[in-house]
Amino acid sequence: MTTATSFVLARAREQVLERGEGLSEEQVLEVLQLPDSELDALLELAHEVRMRWCGPEVEVEGIISLKTGGCPEDCHFCSQSGLFESPVRSAWLDVPMLVEAAKQTAKTGATEFCIVAAVRGPDARLMAQVAAGVAAIKDAVDINVACSLGMLTPEQVTALAEMGVHRYNHNLETARSHFPNVVTTHTWEERWETLRLVREAGMEVCCGGIVGMGETLEQRAEFAAQLASLTPDEVPLNFLNPRPGTPFGDLEPMSGPDALRTVAAFRLALPRTVLRFAGGRELTLGDLGARKGLLGGINAVIVGNYLTTLGRPAESDIDLLGELEMPIKALNETL
Amino acid sequence: MSAVGTFCDRCGAPAGEGDHARCVRERALEPPRFCPECARRMVVQVDPFGWTARCSRHGERTS
Repeated sequence: MTTATSFVLARAREQVLERGEGLSEEQVLEVLQLPDSELDALLELAHEVRMRWCGPEVEVEGIISLKTGGCPEDCHFCSQSGLFESPVRSAWLDVPMLVEAAKQTAKTGATEFCIVAAVRGPDARLMAQVAAGVAAIKDAVDINVACSLGMLTPEQVTALAEMGVHRYNHNLETARSHFPNVVTTHTWEERWETLRLVREAGMEVCCGGIVGMGETLEQRAEFAAQLASLTPDEVPLNFLNPRPGTPFGDLEPMSGPDALRTVAAFRLALPRTVLRFAGGRELTLGDLGARKGLLGGINAVIVGNYLTTLGRPAESDIDLLGELEMPIKALNETL
Repeated sequence: MSAVGTFCDRCGAPAGEGDHARCVRERALEPPRFCPECARRMVVQVDPFGWTARCSRHGERTS
């Protein structure tokens, strides 16, 4: 350990672990630049921070796509854009299947079930389907319902809050400075506005993004700092899984050490936030990644499959939590 | 999976032509997208614990 890297970790220990103050953008960049030889020490510190400020519980969530494909937006990572030559076709899920998925999710011990639609923002038909789905789930399953339906109007935010949607996901996806390289059909600021409305309505804010989309380390640090300034209740951290037919389809998945360094750096920027392992972890980190991430700052997971790709079997993650003696967060507790 | 059938269910190309090693590898973390019998794009629904894929000509497959 050099004097410089030793200083980075020692300062983070004092600032984040002892005082609970997240790292600044410049400090996050220094963490992202730590050499592989410091990775174990970094992950250990991030784990200590998570245990100190969040506790040992892990929040488990299942997600499902209510409306798949045919999206008018051009998010360059997404196989559901109707603007790319992706093999993903449009599909709608009916309410009985939605309820069944929520039931199966709850059986794993999960407390969160997120309904997702590939849209710019919901139209009246989608809002009606969501209303019917949320009501049916609440009648049948004891689980928190979250939604991710794109950009919202103030009226739609109010409607979702009144349905009992407790958390809304809307990812900023990447650093503000990198966003125009990722999406051109809407702006980072439009996304921020929806997040502002969600918070005003009293719903929990879930906002994260995808790393490994060609951003520099400086932009990755910028993104962490921008998320920290939002103070979201949850940050889902995805790793790019290059999808065939998308503009990012030929990018190389980020390396395992880079992914883990990013996990730890985001934890040190956001010491009290629910930091969720999301899509791409199986590709980037393999089976060992779940363990290393959970011992490196992660305190929430998406179990089972994702929206258009498959994940590890849910029981693999649940068994791992048992092995690590990390209890699943109970319903109605707040991490 | 993948290249088993007349067509590769990941890329839709004839299973007997070209190299589908990557398709086979990627299919571990992807549902099928093309009907292995006719190469039509299928309507696929992924849920937390499985998937269904429907070809307009050859019907539904499940995980």
